[in-house]
Amino acid sequence: MSILDKHHRVETNATLLLILSFLVISIGGIVEIVPLFYLQNTIERVEGMRPYSPLELKGRAIYQREGCYVCHSQMIRPFRDEVERYGHYSLAAESMYDHPFQWGSKRTGPDLARIGGRYSNKWHVQHLTDPRSLVPESIMPSYKFLAKNKLYVSDIINHLETNQLLGVPYNQEMIENAFADIKAQADPSADTTGLLKRYPKAKTGDFDGNPTQLTEMDAIVAYLQMLGTLVDFSTLDLGQR
Amino acid sequence: MSKKEDHVVNKVETTGYEWDGIKELNNPLPRWWLYVFYTTILFAICYAVYYPAIPLIERNTEGLSNYSSRKELENEMAAVKSSHATMLELIKTMDVSDIQSDPKLARFAAAGGASNFKVYCSQCHGSGAQGGVGYPNLNDDDWLWGGSINQIETTIRHGIRYEADEDTRYSEMPAFGRDQILSEEQIIAVANYVCSLSGLEHEESVIALGAMVFTENCSSCHGDDGKGINEVGAPNLADKLWLYDKSKKAILSQIINPQHGIMPAWGNRLGDIIVKELAVYVHGLGGGE
Repeated sequence: MSILDKHHRVETNATLLLILSFLVISIGGIVEIVPLFYLQNTIERVEGMRPYSPLELKGRAIYQREGCYVCHSQMIRPFRDEVERYGHYSLAAESMYDHPFQWGSKRTGPDLARIGGRYSNKWHVQHLTDPRSLVPESIMPSYKFLAKNKLYVSDIINHLETNQLLGVPYNQEMIENAFADIKAQADPSADTTGLLKRYPKAKTGDFDGNPTQLTEMDAIVAYLQMLGTLVDFSTLDLGQR
Repeated sequence: MSKKEDHVVNKVETTGYEWDGIKELNNPLPRWWLYVFYTTILFAICYAVYYPAIPLIERNTEGLSNYSSRKELENEMAAVKSSHATMLELIKTMDVSDIQSDPKLARFAAAGGASNFKVYCSQCHGSGAQGGVGYPNLNDDDWLWGGSINQIETTIRHGIRYEADEDTRYSEMPAFGRDQILSEEQIIAVANYVCSLSGLEHEESVIALGAMVFTENCSSCHGDDGKGINEVGAPNLADKLWLYDKSKKAILSQIINPQHGIMPAWGNRLGDIIVKELAVYVHGLGGGE
């Protein structure tokens, strides 16, 4: 009991108290956080994940700018009701190139983790323009202005480079072609072979119903149309984890 | 440190320390509180043993229960599937019209159809199947491609103007204005005639010409009486239900440069069972023929 009897020394010395509390809390933190970086089942790798194409990355930036994550999550939990409604539960690897991730914490609208390919581009444009024309009970605001805003593309290389700095595997070829790629993806007459080689499964073509102009609507619809489509779950073996 | 005995207040010892003249009574913890505290420690140990908890070198401990949320989901899905297996097998093998004539099976299929409708169909047709501008209302008895249960099933399975499906329902109205098939005068006349069919406001003076243009150009798809022909998806123009807008302007725009709705083919995506369930549900909404 001799150590316990000396606790008055700690309690009367603020600096010592601070150092000791810090040590105790650090141990708790290390035990909880560090294993997540090395345990096999917390860093499972899946095939098919690739960095966002420049246009998708821009769409993602608009998604964040407009605060879509306030009402929409991108995280399907492994529960029957969610899996039957939204599709296969989300895997950590599916957010590996998200900086920051868009899991969200509240669903006012539905989860969007697997919205990609579920509706037509035209549906998305009409829904973003006037949500209540399609879903009368919806309380989503109109994002009509996205179709009028020209997409600001001149900083796209900086976007890619920043992501590269954060560990997203954009290579030199991707960065060099970023300008061409962002234009080609939303242009129905463009040659997209290079783009599709760099970004497999990317959706191409005109997204906003106006092929002559690259708008923010193009970018956000391109982003929405790829969400959750990269991993092929029919061939994926997750095992018992 | 002074002796504890020196600091007895109301028969309770003090801790023996003094801060600026303030002493602290050393009351023992209430017993019930202490036992609850010990119980929580015990609970935590049991929990860590029973559930996956402790991180080791490569994996974490599995725990006695071998629990994983993914496995739990898998079991739950399998349990639901096996409890519905007989019914689902029947739906798979039977024709939709036979499913419908078996009340128990029809109820089961309609319930499944209702929940799938909310997931896959409500975004365009509305959560109450009330439709919207350009998206048909499924509650009424106005059908573009036929309202019998087999026709509904085909529409769901193969979609409408859905290029990825070879058997999709397909028809296209000629762009009478854009492709200059009719003159401006003829278009205005026929639009007025179409308005007159359903009692919309129209100009009486051009009706005769309109009727003639209609018989020559429109009746092969929309029928002599304008009541539409399901085989080619030509809408009934003589009723008061409109897919787009209920106005002469909308009718004119459709004649000049028509819009064509697209519905995805669901057969390959949802499978046989869900398609049949949806057909039973949609047919039962009220308009089924």
